[in-house]
Amino acid sequence: MRGLFALLAGALFGAGLTVSGMTNTAKVQGWLDLFGNWDPTLAFVLGGAIIPMFFAWRLAAQRQRAVLGNAIPGASDPVIDRRLVGGSVLFGLGWALAGLCPGPALAVLGYGGGDAWLFFAAMAVGMLANRFSLPQEVQA
Amino acid sequence: MIPADWIYGLLGGLMIGAAAALYLLVNGRIMGASGITGSIIDGTGPTWERGFFIAGVIAAPLAYAAIWGVPETNLTSNPMLLILAGLAVGVGTRMANGCTSGHGVCGISRFSVRGIVATCLYLGAGFVTMYVGRHMLGAF
Repeated sequence: MRGLFALLAGALFGAGLTVSGMTNTAKVQGWLDLFGNWDPTLAFVLGGAIIPMFFAWRLAAQRQRAVLGNAIPGASDPVIDRRLVGGSVLFGLGWALAGLCPGPALAVLGYGGGDAWLFFAAMAVGMLANRFSLPQEVQA
Repeated sequence: MIPADWIYGLLGGLMIGAAAALYLLVNGRIMGASGITGSIIDGTGPTWERGFFIAGVIAAPLAYAAIWGVPETNLTSNPMLLILAGLAVGVGTRMANGCTSGHGVCGISRFSVRGIVATCLYLGAGFVTMYVGRHMLGAF
């Protein structure tokens, strides 16, 4: 059951990324090109995605537990540390360079060819390097 | 007249948010693409649940491609750019413990301070990178 619903959520996520244009790096880079030929599409994507989640969090607060039994993840401590700041800046830089963030990087693997796999491989190496070079924090 | 891209952006965004809501309310998990991918790659949390999620993210765009044609990615084929971007996204998202889906969609919708700060930082870094890279250096 857990696997089935994870598969469904993943499929809906992958379809949403495709429909919204998040897997089109030209649109993502157009959104980040604030001082050039700016493309506001991504504001609609993020805005659209936040709406169901806003209600989901309210429902989750009432229920305490998920349908499959485990506890709803609690809010993280509002700690703004160097890892959050440095990591986010580094992520933004990489996001602009190729126009892919981790979700779309997965979504294009099936049809994006060798370039998509090269990006994914580099991202995987980056994730591994981080694991072995810095102390690990509790998973969000 | 509203551009069609904005409508698709909103529609795809709602699908992304619905996927995150499903994963939260049924599975009791935060839908963060970098956390799900990274914890499998670095071995900190390789679960079947995460594996099924990723299978869905990859499979759904393939089904989309079979019905409506292969979506355009416009991904660069410059290997240095792909490697640099992938490394930055991999290290950055794991350092910051989240990306566009975890900090952006799931974080902002629960008014998480960390999620909002991270989103402002990666967007800001992305804007600056695009400005410097595209308009000052003409690199991409």
